[in-house]
Amino acid sequence: MKNKILLFLATLGFLSTKAQESAAANSTMAEGMRSNGKIYVVVAVVSTILIGLIAYMIRVDKKVSKLEKEINQE
Amino acid sequence: MRLAWWKIASIILLLYAVVGGLLMPVPALSQLGETIRNLYFHVCMWFAMMILFTVSIVHSIKYLRNSDFRHDIKARSYAEVGTFMGILGYITGGIWASFTWADPNNPAYASFGSIMREPKLIGAAMALLIYGAYFILRSSIKDMDQRARVSAVYNVFAYTMLFPSIWIIPRLLPSLHPGQEGNPALNFNDIDARMRIVFYPAVLGWTLLGAWIATIKIRIELIREKNILSNEK
Repeated sequence: MKNKILLFLATLGFLSTKAQESAAANSTMAEGMRSNGKIYVVVAVVSTILIGLIAYMIRVDKKVSKLEKEINQE
Repeated sequence: MRLAWWKIASIILLLYAVVGGLLMPVPALSQLGETIRNLYFHVCMWFAMMILFTVSIVHSIKYLRNSDFRHDIKARSYAEVGTFMGILGYITGGIWASFTWADPNNPAYASFGSIMREPKLIGAAMALLIYGAYFILRSSIKDMDQRARVSAVYNVFAYTMLFPSIWIIPRLLPSLHPGQEGNPALNFNDIDARMRIVFYPAVLGWTLLGAWIATIKIRIELIREKNILSNEK
């Protein structure tokens, strides 16, 4: 599990450096998140929170399924 | 383990509700402005609450018919998640009202006094307090059979109290809150077509998320009560 988390963090770090590079190379890309009163930034933040919550729900769901299996085997 | 289809549907609908809810065009109204997008979140909390309470009362009646403890556990879990969604609806409504109802020329507490006299707010508070009493009642009875039976009967009463407190009385009294006549947000002439295509999926998505949380609670309770249930047979 720890390895997975580390891998995830490493991927995130990698992606963010990539994003910075492309933003520096292509200035029109940087405008994307800044148009329309920057509403897309809000969309990104809210979606991230929602996806995080959903991922948490899925994890809890799987844990309960595992518990159910263990109990039914007894 | 693969996720059940309705859980996947909930995820997709919620993502659509958030992205579409923030980006899709909405009618430009004075006073409300962009806050009209709260319809996809604040109102959905109440819809989800009503649907979850309905599921809860169905399980309470089923319990009264066959005395199966599983129905008692389900009725409690759905009522819990429903109450939780109702509290979220109340808090979000408070935030929304403080920016659209409150008079900016007066100090905040002056507006607070008149906002707190809103029949819809009082009705919703009554409904939530009645459900709060349901949980207090549950925790005050030690005997399992008695607790299940008494609380199932009380749940029927609590659900019935939803009718006057949030569906009838608020419609008879003047209020700032929309939805005075007919069915708020369900009326086809009342809600803009551009909003309907986000609103209905959003209601469904939030309700399914509530049901998902409730089923996880139920499954945990069933694991905990397994010994008692298996001894019964």
